[in-house]
Amino acid sequence: MTGGGAQYSEAFAALGGGGPPAWLADLRKAALAEFSTLGFPTTRNEDWHFTSVTPIAERTFRSAKPPSGAPPLTELLEAVTGDPAWPRAVFVNGSFDGSLSSLGGLPQGVRVNTLTAALKEEPEFMAAHLGKLATFDAQAFTAFNTAFAQDGLVVRVPRELKVPLPLHIIHVADAQAAGCMLHPRLLVMVEELAEFAIVESFVSFNGTEYFTNSVAEATVGNGARLHHYKVQRESREAFHVGTMQVAQGRSSLFHSFSYASGAALSRTNIYAKLLGEGAEVQLNGLYLIDGSQHADHQTFVEHIAPSCASRELYKGIVDGDAHGVFNGKVFVDPEAQKTDGKQSNHTLLLSPTARVDSKPQLEIFADDVKCTHGSTVGRLDEIALFYMKSRGIGAENARALLTYAFAAEVLETVELDALRDGLEHIAFQRFTHTDQR
Amino acid sequence: MSSSIESLVNREYQYGFVTDVESDTIEPGLNEDVVRLISSKKDEPQWLLDWRLKAFRRWQTMTEPHWPNLKYNPIDYQGARYYSAPKSVKPLQSLDEVDPELLATYKKLGISLTEQKMLAGVAVDAIFDSVSVGTTMKAELAKHGVVFCSFTEAVHDYPELIQKYLGSVVPYSDNFFAALNSAVFSDGSFCYVPKGVRCPIELSTYFRINAADTGQFERTLIVADEGAYVSYLEGCTAPKRSTNQLHAAVVELVALDRSSIKYSTVQNWYAGDKDGVGGIYNFVTKRGKALEDAKISWTQVETGSAITWKYPSVILQGDNSVGEFYSVAVVNNKQQADTGTKMIHIGKNTKSTIISKGISAGEGQNSYRGRVQMLPKATGSRNYTQCDSMLIGNKCGAHTFPYIEVANNSSTTEHEASTSKIGEDQIFYCKARGLSAEHAISLIVSGFCREVFKELPMEFALEAQQLLGITLEGSVG
Amino acid sequence: MLKIENLHCSVGEKEILKGISLSVNAGEIHAIMGPNGSGKSTLAQVIAGHPGFEVTQGTIDYEGSDLLDMEPEVRAQKGVFLAFQYPVEIPGVTNAYFLRSAYNEIRKARGDEEMDPMEFLDLMEAKLKLVDMDTALLHRSVNAGFSGGEKKRNEILQMAVLEPKLAILDETDSGLDIDALRVVAGGVNALRKPDNATVIVTHYQRLLNYIVPDFVHVLAGGRIVKSGGKELALELEAKGYDWLVEAA
Repeated sequence: MTGGGAQYSEAFAALGGGGPPAWLADLRKAALAEFSTLGFPTTRNEDWHFTSVTPIAERTFRSAKPPSGAPPLTELLEAVTGDPAWPRAVFVNGSFDGSLSSLGGLPQGVRVNTLTAALKEEPEFMAAHLGKLATFDAQAFTAFNTAFAQDGLVVRVPRELKVPLPLHIIHVADAQAAGCMLHPRLLVMVEELAEFAIVESFVSFNGTEYFTNSVAEATVGNGARLHHYKVQRESREAFHVGTMQVAQGRSSLFHSFSYASGAALSRTNIYAKLLGEGAEVQLNGLYLIDGSQHADHQTFVEHIAPSCASRELYKGIVDGDAHGVFNGKVFVDPEAQKTDGKQSNHTLLLSPTARVDSKPQLEIFADDVKCTHGSTVGRLDEIALFYMKSRGIGAENARALLTYAFAAEVLETVELDALRDGLEHIAFQRFTHTDQR
Repeated sequence: MSSSIESLVNREYQYGFVTDVESDTIEPGLNEDVVRLISSKKDEPQWLLDWRLKAFRRWQTMTEPHWPNLKYNPIDYQGARYYSAPKSVKPLQSLDEVDPELLATYKKLGISLTEQKMLAGVAVDAIFDSVSVGTTMKAELAKHGVVFCSFTEAVHDYPELIQKYLGSVVPYSDNFFAALNSAVFSDGSFCYVPKGVRCPIELSTYFRINAADTGQFERTLIVADEGAYVSYLEGCTAPKRSTNQLHAAVVELVALDRSSIKYSTVQNWYAGDKDGVGGIYNFVTKRGKALEDAKISWTQVETGSAITWKYPSVILQGDNSVGEFYSVAVVNNKQQADTGTKMIHIGKNTKSTIISKGISAGEGQNSYRGRVQMLPKATGSRNYTQCDSMLIGNKCGAHTFPYIEVANNSSTTEHEASTSKIGEDQIFYCKARGLSAEHAISLIVSGFCREVFKELPMEFALEAQQLLGITLEGSVG
Repeated sequence: MLKIENLHCSVGEKEILKGISLSVNAGEIHAIMGPNGSGKSTLAQVIAGHPGFEVTQGTIDYEGSDLLDMEPEVRAQKGVFLAFQYPVEIPGVTNAYFLRSAYNEIRKARGDEEMDPMEFLDLMEAKLKLVDMDTALLHRSVNAGFSGGEKKRNEILQMAVLEPKLAILDETDSGLDIDALRVVAGGVNALRKPDNATVIVTHYQRLLNYIVPDFVHVLAGGRIVKSGGKELALELEAKGYDWLVEAA
């Protein structure tokens, strides 16, 4: 058990009590206490069996200060994938930057507020929802975030409103982030029958070492649809832990796509609760790592209501000495009859020293269910490689094409053209080693 | 459960009788003196006593594992008796000297030692409570140089083999239950098949717990020397008692170069009654080590016990070695099983196959837990895992916890799992052809398990199929 | 043999059969025709005792007993046979074992001795020829991996072995090419006896070219809207169902 809250008590004191309002101060104190009790998880913790967070635990990160000077907008937009025309909210080293953000493109009725502003302007809403889904009970990193989150975004989409453009939330870390911890917080409420898409990009402007510990919580109302695309391209020196907790109503859809190619050590947690009958959740991901990178995805889908469907497809391409991890659990409550669950994890190992651990789990307490999972690990198909070479395609190119083809299945689940094209482009560059990142 | 499936009649556990024999049973409790007492009762050499004591001291520093998906009342290790032996067994020279009560017991279980001796095909060692009551067909086996005897005899007659291989696959420090077994094990079977010998008959051990409040801690060690082959069967039953009894066995298999060991189990310990009262707590460590070109194949049909904790595993140490695990695990009423396997690929071009069929009925909870590890040097290795669960009734559970760990890129692993309800349409189809609901379910379930049953030796396959039917009786209503 | 009176049946809230009356006597072949969704297959399944349908009104008398009061297996043991429209796959259970189990259950119910596996194989040999099936199919799992045609033939094979008094063929012709259709029809005709009866449920007149019915009934909207002789089938082939459905 390592430090945890004790290590950060000074930093916490410097925040001045965590409030106002008073309920927030209480929440933060409780979170810090939980964090102190838990400490950072060790590999003896079943949920962290394959991922050691020692590099995070043995450092003590500073609270980030609001940056002096921000990167030019053009450079920022070049650094992220997506359409520059999308409405965007930009956070530099954890602080909201109004001058780089542009929220005008959102239709009327959509409320987007920073955490700080929301606490002032919609205190009742915040008291009712902040930390209610993303609970920190036995969740050290969520507790850590809850105690320290200074800025973030609160988004509310009113009933029946179908928002045509996605909201792009850009988290950028520059040189001043070195040695800092960033705790972005996101709270999303998509009301009945509304539809909304969020793209969250994590990028950095140079290879500094910092720690991003983001927490998002989202409610998807009855018949509503929420798409969440996460593009994690942090600095290769950085550490990244991101947790998203979603609660879904009747006949709702939550679709998550997670792309992870950055950070020295990254962990993405996606927890979905299917609370209303007939809800559907789709969780997809692609992790592309090399060198000594470590990328871990953990999913937990709780089928609480009957007749819900869950689909998971995670693919990993692991090169160098990198280590990829997938840990997925589908839980089916005794009440959740007619559950239809499917979970797949496929990993391609490109180098002899690449490693992968996969743990797809099913916990089923209802009988009228259909649940499957599959997991494969292997390398490129030698026969396909030979076939391509025999048609005159060079070995390097053949490898790149086959690797790309492996990734394509999951990239195709990205419904936003600009994002998909951008990710395909960077993925292709990476396989052909034309990418210097 | 649909009204289309009629209520089925509960049949009693047919092995639940108690045999009235005079026993030499020690007082409850566990300490170094008890370990010494067991060792002295068996007239053991000093090195074995020392090994037991090391195990006991290690055990005292360990805690019972709580990671399995099992819920049970705490086990009172001081409340159990660690040795019980039928008194008349002691100076046994031949089967003729065996207590007739005991022989009658085995007859009731369907194993008549004297008759078995006559029949070609199977050699039987029978373990009653803590001691072996007789091994059949020794003479026939001796012709081929095959050693098959009780563990106690082996300690005296083949000390060099025992000393060399005991604990070589499952060290005494391996886990809590293995350490306990190492300290207090009472008897078990030992088998050695010499170089190049194909054991001409199936070897078989029947285990029987009789005495009350005793734990049973037997130890099996099988060594197949280079190029040898042996097929070994194990069957287990126990009387019905309202208290839980602990069974913590250890099985070690050593498959030397180019040898092959096939180990089949039909486990039918008393499972407790339909309210979950009584039944055996079955915590078993089974593991084999396969050297170059060797093969170890585990087949198990687990229908009994209140609690099953068991992961027959293979360490694929030698290049080109092969490991297999075929399992059917059935839980009904309040039974719980957490079972699966570990395939540890160390050598190059090693291959493993896992086929697991779990059936949950009543309020039973069934978990598959498996680990497939491809270590960095296990290049060119392969694993295929298929793990299917069937649910009968809406109060049971089926859980799957696979761990797949790959650390080289020339190996491939493939894992598939599915969980679904028993097919209502299949039941109706069978009924429309004149089969009762009970018959339909047993037919569908045995079809579901066929891939595993076909790995069992013929006489065991039939027994397994029948057991399955009996275990599932009363599972729907 | 079979007397259905004012039969109503529903799935959940939805009423599918709305008062069917039908009499079938020994030695007769009845064809039940009608457009998709008319309730034809439901009627067949209700006679066999499918648990998914609830009979809300009416009676079915079979040889003087209340058929609706019997479990499906009892109906089968008493000679009712349904050739399924979608035969069910049972992985891991061989066709031969399945059939022998069914055959012996029915024999037991009649108070006859069970037949041993060797005797049973001889019986099968003869029956296989009837439906032009290969012996190899006996050793494959019940319907698993069978083609559509093989599944339908397998149903007729089961019928040949179990020798029912009342056979109901539910869309046995659907998805069959003309050769397979001939084989299936040949099998049905060969099994015809004065003391058994057959009810053929079909959408097309095609099968009736090979199995000539004594009576044809048109089912639409859960009711029998017209009954007649074999010439009615030809009329339907020429005119379609619309004129009858509209009239109903």
